[in-house]
Amino acid sequence: MTIRSLFIPLILFLVITFLIGPFLIIVAASFSAGETLAFPPQGFSLRWIGKVFTVESFRASFGMSLFLAVGGTAAALVLGIPASYALSRYKLPGAEIVRTIVSAPIIVPGIIVGLALLRYIVVPFQVGITPALFLAHTALVLPYAVRVVSASLDNLRSDIEEAAVLLGSSRLGAFFRVVMPNIRGGILSAFILGFVTSFNQVPVSLFLSGPGVRTLPVDMIAYMEIVFDPSVAALSSLLAFLSIGIVFLAERFLGFSRYV
Amino acid sequence: MSDASYLSLRKLTLAYGDSVAVPDLDLDIRRGELIALLGPSGCGKTTTMRAIAGLLPVKSGHVRLDGADITRVPANKRAVGLVFQSYALFPHLSVYENVAFGLKLKGMRGAELDAKVQSGLKSVGLSSFANRKPAELSGGQQQRVALARSMVMEPKVLLLDEPLSNLDARLRLEMRTELQRVQKETGVTMIFVTHDQAEALALADRIVVMKSGKIEQIGSPEDIYNRPLSSFVADFVGFENIFPLVEGKLKTSGGLVDLSSQAPSAAGLAWRPRMVTLGTGPFRGTVRGTSFAGDSREYLLDTSMGPIKAEVEASLPAHAMGSDVSFNLPAEKAAPLSRFA
Ligand SMILES: Nc1ncnc2c1ncn2[C@@H]1O[C@H](COP(=O)(O)OP(=O)(O)OP(=O)(O)O)[C@@H](O)[C@H]1O
Ligand SMILES: [Mg+2]
Repeated sequence: MTIRSLFIPLILFLVITFLIGPFLIIVAASFSAGETLAFPPQGFSLRWIGKVFTVESFRASFGMSLFLAVGGTAAALVLGIPASYALSRYKLPGAEIVRTIVSAPIIVPGIIVGLALLRYIVVPFQVGITPALFLAHTALVLPYAVRVVSASLDNLRSDIEEAAVLLGSSRLGAFFRVVMPNIRGGILSAFILGFVTSFNQVPVSLFLSGPGVRTLPVDMIAYMEIVFDPSVAALSSLLAFLSIGIVFLAERFLGFSRYV
Repeated sequence: MSDASYLSLRKLTLAYGDSVAVPDLDLDIRRGELIALLGPSGCGKTTTMRAIAGLLPVKSGHVRLDGADITRVPANKRAVGLVFQSYALFPHLSVYENVAFGLKLKGMRGAELDAKVQSGLKSVGLSSFANRKPAELSGGQQQRVALARSMVMEPKVLLLDEPLSNLDARLRLEMRTELQRVQKETGVTMIFVTHDQAEALALADRIVVMKSGKIEQIGSPEDIYNRPLSSFVADFVGFENIFPLVEGKLKTSGGLVDLSSQAPSAAGLAWRPRMVTLGTGPFRGTVRGTSFAGDSREYLLDTSMGPIKAEVEASLPAHAMGSDVSFNLPAEKAAPLSRFA
């Protein structure tokens, strides 16, 4: 055995330990029978999984997160699809600048996005907590929407729109009749990616959450500061499996990874 | 409207931004004509077609079709069909739905629609492919769907931009015949773009030769093939020995040369290799290259006039490489050129 041949297995081991390890620990802890969040788990029970569904604030914040993920992603697509279309089909002056601005939220740390939104939009314009969160989640998902939709538009030849126009369709009609049906896969992929991104988003929501209005991850942090029982681990496991399930189905039926 | 100008382009200027691609184009096309637009890459063929279809805004000038000025009519209201080089079929629709697309937009429904689509598919021999998606068809079949999709709309003019260039040689010939048949059966006015002079000669009623956005010559295939008016057209249709004419003498790289017979008054003369006589004549050259082409043999001669290409019947005795031969450029056989560029 040379050092070289040990190197790859070692890296693999570290990756698995630090990436998958914490996840496995959380999953194990969810099934604990003990009173506190601990590893190794004490005994086996489903009581904490069950408890998750009885905590009132979890239910409210789950509803909020769901609303933001679905609504914010939908709004991002409503803005992002026409934007991607314009960027890919017309040689607009400043198209590169628009692309950069739109993808800024991917590059800029969430803390800064949250702070900036709070300081320059939410406070000066007196935006309510829910609209502020909605706005933030839309902005955060927009870059993913533009990116994924652009990728599928680039795979679509633009002459089919001209063909549709010559067969009597208006430009707008051509967009709905021949462009949209052919980028459906990309739009669905963008929706799923946006949903997952929004749902798991913490820093921005942390800044913008207020009394009584929280997203689920923020609520989980707040909960843990007060109660240190395994229900947070149980909830995390449930959410992780939900995400994995969605991505798995997306990959299975849409070839999701083609677009991301 | 006179029948001679069913479609007419008047002083049409087309530009991309500030760069003019086609300046001041004038062209008249008769109803039911099959026109070939021939010219080298970048000469403005696609640009002209897109302007006729309404996909490219006109900078100045007019497009008239069937008695109406359509210069400002939007592309979807022109009744002009365009078959794209890439076919541009709708990938999410079946062959049937592709052909039905335009008819549905016209409001056609039910039995009338079905009959029309079926007859469109039948006319291109694709009835049994109605339920396939475009991706499940060969290039030639896709091309035929594109043709049927445009034809069922009964356009006043059907434009085809290099319709055969993506097909292999055998399929090209097949589709060529197909196009001609469809055109004769329906009498639709057709303009097709091509790089390929053989295709233009075989198909067209008239050929329009373009160069740098301008029309070099318009004429029947016989005109273009036998009586090119400019050195450019002569070169394009296979005249390989082309010289300017100065005071009745050929201007060659070796100076002015008197021909054996009286030269016509023209700006230049052009000979196909087949028009050059070998073995007799007042000029001499050295064989620099020879190749056998079945029925004939081609020679490249080094002469005081520069290189000369000759082609003679293969049954005649061959001249060896490096041998000296006499030859003639018979003035009476030459195509007289009125423009030399
Ligand atoms: N979208 C465009 N933007 C700017 N210039 C263009 C554009 N399309 C074409 N041109 C220019 O206009 C001129 C004519 O182009 P066009 O495409 O009409 O040529 P073509 O005869 O169809 O050539 P080909 O045989 O290669 O298809 C060319 O000089 C080309 O560079
Ligand atoms: Mg072209």
